[in-house]
Amino acid sequence: MDIVNALVALANFVLIPAVAYGSQLALGALGVTLIYGILRFSNFAHGDSMAWGTMCAVLATWGLQGMGVSLGPLPTALLAIPAGILGAAALLLATDRVVYRFYRAQKAKPVILVIVSMGVMFVYNGLTRFVIGPDDQRFADGERFIISALDFRAMTGLDEGLAIKTTQGITVVVAVLVVAFLFWFLTHTRTGKSMRAYSDNEDLALLSGINPERVVLVTWLFVAALATIAGVLYGLDKSFKPFTYFQLLLPIFASAIVGGMGSPLGAIAGGYIIAFSEVGITYAWKKVLGHLLPESLEPSGLVQLLSTDYKFAVSFVILVIVLLFRPTGLFRGKSV
Amino acid sequence: MTMRTVLLFALVALLILGTGVLQSWNTALVILNMGLVSAVMSLGVNLQWGLAGLFNVGVMGFVATGGLAVVLVSMPPVPEAWSAGGARLIGALVLGMAVIAAGVAAWKRLPRGWRGWALAAILLAGFFVYRAVLDPAVGAVEDVNPAATGYLGGLGLPVLLAWPVGGLLAAGVAWVIGKTALGLRSDYLAIATLGIAEIIIAVLKNEDWLARGVKNVIGLPRPVPYEIDLQNDAAFVERAAGLGLDPTTASTLTVKLGYGLLFAAVLIVLLVLAQLALNSPWGRMMRAIRDNEEAAEAMGKDVTGRHLQVFILGSALCGLAGAMMTTLDGQLVPTTYQPLRYTFLIWVMVIVGGSGNNLGAVLGGFLIWFLWVQVEPIGQAIMGFVTAGMAEDSALRDHLLGSVQHMRLLTMGLVLLVVLRFAPRGLLPER
Repeated sequence: MDIVNALVALANFVLIPAVAYGSQLALGALGVTLIYGILRFSNFAHGDSMAWGTMCAVLATWGLQGMGVSLGPLPTALLAIPAGILGAAALLLATDRVVYRFYRAQKAKPVILVIVSMGVMFVYNGLTRFVIGPDDQRFADGERFIISALDFRAMTGLDEGLAIKTTQGITVVVAVLVVAFLFWFLTHTRTGKSMRAYSDNEDLALLSGINPERVVLVTWLFVAALATIAGVLYGLDKSFKPFTYFQLLLPIFASAIVGGMGSPLGAIAGGYIIAFSEVGITYAWKKVLGHLLPESLEPSGLVQLLSTDYKFAVSFVILVIVLLFRPTGLFRGKSV
Repeated sequence: MTMRTVLLFALVALLILGTGVLQSWNTALVILNMGLVSAVMSLGVNLQWGLAGLFNVGVMGFVATGGLAVVLVSMPPVPEAWSAGGARLIGALVLGMAVIAAGVAAWKRLPRGWRGWALAAILLAGFFVYRAVLDPAVGAVEDVNPAATGYLGGLGLPVLLAWPVGGLLAAGVAWVIGKTALGLRSDYLAIATLGIAEIIIAVLKNEDWLARGVKNVIGLPRPVPYEIDLQNDAAFVERAAGLGLDPTTASTLTVKLGYGLLFAAVLIVLLVLAQLALNSPWGRMMRAIRDNEEAAEAMGKDVTGRHLQVFILGSALCGLAGAMMTTLDGQLVPTTYQPLRYTFLIWVMVIVGGSGNNLGAVLGGFLIWFLWVQVEPIGQAIMGFVTAGMAEDSALRDHLLGSVQHMRLLTMGLVLLVVLRFAPRGLLPER
């Protein structure tokens, strides 16, 4: 029995990665859920919006690095996020003007808008690959670790190390700040309140003189910001590859649906639920159990429930379970 | 058959013949063959979306299932692997299914209060028992000559048999998905099918005992003769010479034509069946359900049952097409299954062709496939023109020329958006 080492191992391999990943998913799911609540469709182009925003930020990062700008221990990409948001906002607003507005005026059925967003997804996909190519891009710089496994072991004298990557720390801090700002905005500003009113009851909101185009504009701006920040954080933590961002669509949608579509709080909860299940189920528990169980009971195998390649299966199964037993999600989202 | 239909199909024929004259007949036949396969896929999606309004974006999964069927049916079995762990492996799979069945039965029979716990306990315990039986068997099978086999092999049956089997296998997968996910709202069904497709691909990539995973299965048997055999056949060479062709070209053309005829036969049969179904009372009922579910339900129609039925049918067509495609390729390469290519492109075909119209779906299959293939040379030409004035060593020039392949996705997206905006009912609208 060695509870301390077991806890450290658990934190190192499960808790910390899952918190970081969950924060990234939560930011992505917030974007999806905002679009669903206000524009009333599931946006299949969200993963590629993330890819586009991140790409703009990556290009800006390279530019800054080329000029010799650096944040010291922090990644330069943090400085480039505004540029990424600008790029994403420009693209999303242009798309809204050229594509979505027409269907909004027609009051098209949500499923038509989903198909339209499939077309937009193709276009974004092509655009991103056209500019930066389909390959992996690394743009992280600065200090790699807040605390490395070696230092931790030297400090505490434990067998297990605990590493916290800078990007993981930044992810959590940035996510908390962004979410706090979003909730403050939605509950305390006039525009935020009108967004919530519009989401709750469109007709009533229009009657009370809310300008729908303004609500939509602000929504897209938030979506651009959320998508870019989520994308940059994910890219810093792992790496930037357009196809990976397209694939993120599934866990992101799973997070939003599990939490309840249209509910911002639900999106955050959903993000962490999906992340913890994914990491927990694909982690080999041998090490943690080895510390906890007496030697005679020590597991011989890896005690890994599913291989990491099946992580999509995890988000999928959770999604199906929630949809079957509680179709509006944990936080009672809306259904169009 | 309206004038419009005839003209548009004539246009497709012209495009393919034009490719033959301007580029090469081999290219033309390649486009034709994959066009035929694409048409079957889009017929399947059209059944689901056009006829019943089911939003399935898991086409890739069903296509891959069909591909798997080709391996399972036509490859020779690996006796060493079977004796090493085949029986245990099959036993484990049966056990897994039994666990799920027991879980479902428990959920249905037991009283409300604690059935959730019972279900969780059955599934959890069942999972560990299943893994305990499965893992050693998988290890044993995969250790049998991993460089050449490392899997159970197939049944060694004629490859044409794999086509209907591919359809059946996809239908089975569709039944499982339909049982759980149908009845969800349309965009939830979309996310669910998107997920299941990724899972099927993950299974194909990782379960080496099934179809060698990313080591790929190559050299699948063919329903048509091999080029080399034709070239060694004196009578064939003589006939080719009589037509003024050299033996190599003649043999490649013959093989492709053989595939084309097989595919065309399948497509024609399916198209006739689909047309009959569309105009039958069953087809009218499906459209009634699509247009107003509540009214149809009030009239006593079993909406969920019909949805399940048409979902299975459409998926079976995708599986059949997938089996045809893998036979044409002669290999199963799980990493080539990309959702943009095998799910969303099929959707572009259906929407552009005209959802709800079988001929439209077929037309879309040919037209979009032609575009998908030809956008690259066209883009190359455009880029060549754009960059003509730039310096030889310009980085931008290199970048533009190197990015031509990504024009495909862009073009497909634009085509879809333009059609949705200006002809939302497609090129051949539903009547």
